[in-house]
Amino acid sequence: MAEFLGINLFGLFGQLLVGLINGSFYALLALGLAIIFGLLKIINFSQGALYMLGAFAAWMALEYLQLNYWYALFLVPIVVGIFGILLERFLIRPIANEDHLYSLLLTFGIALILQGLFTDWYGSSGLPYAIPEELKGGTRLPFMYLPNYRAWIIVCSLAVCALTWFMIEKTKLGAYLRAGTENPQLMQAFGINVPLIVTLTYGFGVGLAGLAGVLAAPVYSVSPEMGSSILIVVFAIVVIGGMGSIGGAILTGLAMGIVEGLTKYFYPEASNTVIFLVMVLVLLTKPAGLFGKEA
Amino acid sequence: MNNKTLNFSILALALAAPLVLYPVFLMKVLCFALFACAFNLLLGFVGLLSFGHAIFLGSGAYITGHLMLNYSITPEVGILAGVGASALIGLIYGKLAVKREGIYFAMVTLALAQLMFFFYLQAPFTGGEDGLQGVPRGFLFGLIDLSDNLTMYYFVLAIFIAGFLLIYRTIHSPFGQVLKAIRENEARAISLGYKVNNYKLQAFVISAALAGLAGSTKALVFQLASLNDVHWFMSGEVVLMTLLGGMGTIWGPVLGAGTIVGLQNFLASGPLANYIHVVMGVVFVVCVLAFRQGLVGELQKLVRKNF
Repeated sequence: MAEFLGINLFGLFGQLLVGLINGSFYALLALGLAIIFGLLKIINFSQGALYMLGAFAAWMALEYLQLNYWYALFLVPIVVGIFGILLERFLIRPIANEDHLYSLLLTFGIALILQGLFTDWYGSSGLPYAIPEELKGGTRLPFMYLPNYRAWIIVCSLAVCALTWFMIEKTKLGAYLRAGTENPQLMQAFGINVPLIVTLTYGFGVGLAGLAGVLAAPVYSVSPEMGSSILIVVFAIVVIGGMGSIGGAILTGLAMGIVEGLTKYFYPEASNTVIFLVMVLVLLTKPAGLFGKEA
Repeated sequence: MNNKTLNFSILALALAAPLVLYPVFLMKVLCFALFACAFNLLLGFVGLLSFGHAIFLGSGAYITGHLMLNYSITPEVGILAGVGASALIGLIYGKLAVKREGIYFAMVTLALAQLMFFFYLQAPFTGGEDGLQGVPRGFLFGLIDLSDNLTMYYFVLAIFIAGFLLIYRTIHSPFGQVLKAIRENEARAISLGYKVNNYKLQAFVISAALAGLAGSTKALVFQLASLNDVHWFMSGEVVLMTLLGGMGTIWGPVLGAGTIVGLQNFLASGPLANYIHVVMGVVFVVCVLAFRQGLVGELQKLVRKNF
């Protein structure tokens, strides 16, 4: 039963799984970008570098502090989030009233600094990070072998995405956040500390990147370049989905991961480029993006 | 000192420069200066931040390099082919990119550039990770041997001046005025009946073609076309050159390119060689936080205040 209509089902499901995992990372990063964009109206170019920082932080916690994966999973997003809060407060806020292109360039500069420092400290070849003991091994399913850690990535990132979506769309705090997106001046007039919300939002969005970094550490090798290559793909995803909706960013991220996985199976030469090609198609047919609100 | 004397003194300096400085270094500065000027036409005068401009530089370099290596053509034909290829890619990419604005424009151009990057990485004619090495400089018009660095320098200088004048004329033409109007107030330009997207597209193609010219020339100077030329880092570098020199000024990108290339050369031989990217990042952050007018902008402010 491994062959069906000439398709090797083991290979196909294997690539689908890889696609779903990549999609989980795309979703987490796109979600972080969308949240930050909603309030600050900036594209955080350092999101990829902070994802890389998350992976390195997990590696360093194990190497230097003997803190295992589970501590890292909990602590690293907080540390990266605090780092992000400091960035927002001391670098991004002073130019909040300038053209948004400047904040984009600023975060690009921060990304260059982070990537350059880690390249110098740890080289560009990448460091291994072992899968935690509890998640080693796997489950045999009818058509494929499912490693436990990979299942964990999907479950964990989907749960975080769903939770974030619920928080933003259904809670009071989320309502503040959405109101701040619509009209920050009015919010301020109602006595709500908008700058504080902005800072916390940035910290949270960046923390998501940190979390993605920790999740990624055991499956991809921890390397300084891991952030920049994934970020450009995530940008294409954001263009495809539009940043108008939180749910849209998550769905597009997952869907593009699956599209990439399928391409890897059917036409591997195009697997690097397929998401960009989808972006071209979307630009031609629906320029505002699949979930986009603006014209 | 009026503008004319200023321009002539700069020209005289450029002509005499190889007496003092290494010609290859000067040619590198000129190539990047032309690249940055082309980029500045979009960012500084239309307000469009293209984050994938390296692809036009690199396409020019690859096409010229490939033709010079495999066919017996003269360098001016090779350069024209490179410029044509970049202009064509610019036309296609421009058509797609002008559909979105602001931050989305930056992301679209970056993503499209990455698409092309993977194409060049996988295409057989680019030599993959090794790039195209040993590109011959050839004989200009079949007559003048360009293998001598000094001859090559004056050829590059002539190309730079031609490109620079073209940009200068574009900016100061009625067409350029419309571009500036779009930068200042796009909605107003639309309501005045200008087909804004057409203007943006035309500016995009001119900019792409001139970036290709810079790339083709660079391929001949260094006799090399490589993935570095099409990498996103190169796109970031040209943004930095323009920002540092002063976006929206005529001479800013030239000064910015000179400063960055000089800085890189200086760093490469010193103890900070491994930190070039970090230093670039720091310059980026400092420019954005404290220095948004760039070198030329600050200089103009200084002159206005004191003279």
